[in-house]
Amino acid sequence: MSSMHGITRADMQAVHLPRRRAVNRVMEVLATLTALLAVAILVIVVWSVAKRGAGALDLNLVTKNPVPFAFGPVEQGLANAFAGSLVLVGLATLMALPTGILIALYLTEYAPRAVRAGVSLVLDVLNGIPAIVIGIFVFGLVVVGRGQSGYAGAFALACLMLPLVTRSTMEVLLLVPGALREASLALGVTRWRTTLSIVLPQTIGGVLTGTVLAVARVAGETAPLLFTSSIVGQQTEWSPAHALQSIPVAIFELSESPDPADHARAWAAALVLLLFILLTSLAARWLATRGRRRLSTSR
Amino acid sequence: MSAVDAPTITGRRFRAGDASLQVVAGAAAFAACLLVGLIVWKLIDGSLPSIRHDGVAFVGRIAWNPVLGRELYGAGSFLFGTAVTSLVALAIAAPLAIGIALYLTELAPRYLRGPVTALVETLAAIPSVVIGLWGILVLAPTLRDHVEPALHSALGFLPLFGPPSQTGAGIFTAIVVLTIMILPIVSSISRELFLGVPRELKEGALALGVTRWEMVRGVIFPYARGGIAAALILGLGRAIGEAIAVTQVIGGGGGAAAIHWNLFGTGDTLASKIAGSYQGATTKLQISSLVYLALILLVFSLLMNLAAQWVVRRVARRQGTGLNRGGLA
Repeated sequence: MSSMHGITRADMQAVHLPRRRAVNRVMEVLATLTALLAVAILVIVVWSVAKRGAGALDLNLVTKNPVPFAFGPVEQGLANAFAGSLVLVGLATLMALPTGILIALYLTEYAPRAVRAGVSLVLDVLNGIPAIVIGIFVFGLVVVGRGQSGYAGAFALACLMLPLVTRSTMEVLLLVPGALREASLALGVTRWRTTLSIVLPQTIGGVLTGTVLAVARVAGETAPLLFTSSIVGQQTEWSPAHALQSIPVAIFELSESPDPADHARAWAAALVLLLFILLTSLAARWLATRGRRRLSTSR
Repeated sequence: MSAVDAPTITGRRFRAGDASLQVVAGAAAFAACLLVGLIVWKLIDGSLPSIRHDGVAFVGRIAWNPVLGRELYGAGSFLFGTAVTSLVALAIAAPLAIGIALYLTELAPRYLRGPVTALVETLAAIPSVVIGLWGILVLAPTLRDHVEPALHSALGFLPLFGPPSQTGAGIFTAIVVLTIMILPIVSSISRELFLGVPRELKEGALALGVTRWEMVRGVIFPYARGGIAAALILGLGRAIGEAIAVTQVIGGGGGAAAIHWNLFGTGDTLASKIAGSYQGATTKLQISSLVYLALILLVFSLLMNLAAQWVVRRVARRQGTGLNRGGLA
């Protein structure tokens, strides 16, 4: 391999050893500092949110609706945003999860090689499309004719979830031992029964992990909702037939406000969102290690 | 299978089950492909009024004037803003991310690797709206009061470091925010690449008496070069497409006023212009022009994605390793 081209013979001579050691030391220190910087950024951001959010966090945040044009201290919260986020993310999961599992099943169990490569590429492309573009797409597809709605917002979120759910399901499906399939087929069980009742149940842990991660990802997404589910009233709304407020959109709007009281509510909502995402990510990590252990011991 | 497929009634029903699962699952896969096609078609369809009105001239035109009767739109200033913010952010993030990846694979004590890797990945999990909230309320005032005046007084002879901004919102703040957002992406991909470098190559180099850094430069970098390129392309794609956090911190503005070399001035990117206009767009031409911006953004993201895939495939073929694991991200 010609990979040693970066190092000249002079470098290798012992004369330069102190200098080479010094360069090495400097680089090691620099690399360590970059890692330290990344962790420091995380700590600073999380600490900022925690400090400012904890001060503004109370029960009103989830029980009271916002009061428009409030003068002075009014008891208000973001109940509508919490309700809306729940409905939007729930609906999006309902749309993306079954579709994603089916696609993964098709790609791992049925699809010819070329089709699998093609569809995988399409999913990668979908995964790479910016969230704001997805929002504009759903705006053009649904909102232009029928107006904003929770369905439109949930569909936009589902577009973001689909590649994530599909990929994580595929990864676990590929881990399922072939012997398990063959044993089932050898007993005379048909292929579709084997797939649905032998192979698929093995993957529940992995599918759950992928779903949790996808939920954590889209729960914080603002861009797909701006054009699809953002023009809302101040009252709690549960029906996805209407546009629904959501936590990220509420934070986005409050952060642009000049009023410090609005900022306080934005911090509190950001803290709740961040806690939710960190806890779900941790849960997913835990599920993943557990599921992997189970699958690898069953082999 | 042919023994199982005996032509009994039950056998036939079971084969119907096989066929239907295959058809349903195949239809889902087809729907995903259809969805991507529909996205492309809908964006072209939505920007048609603008395309008919302005044609390709829209892409380069530096104007964004929504005043009725004098409406004139163009993507030029947003392309400029997108290029400046994402390229500078990538230039800052790339060495940092590679440093992080090197620390995590080569330097960190074993007990620290897992936790620090998890922390860096947590940074990627923070929603962009929260980063943006922090960016505009904490980071921007800090930059305005401390960093921007210092840079201006030290390097003010360069047009890049002009007078500090009034609010702290501006291109500089957007660059810092984007750097933070693409850092964990590039570093986690790089980390996986570095982990994939064969141990015998690394140990062989060390056995020759080179220092650790020389081993990194001589073995790890050449081995992972293609993968790092792909990681950087994906990071750039992420920076170009980021809308929310940038909208919150970049200050906004379009047309000729947004073309300047002062990093502390305000600006707008393709994505932030779209996101920032979600309530303001009224006329048909303006909405169509926003969709046109989204179409340009889509083309960029498709190109980036395919370029990254192509690089990864090429590297995987050359090295014959399991580098390509169905998309890096």
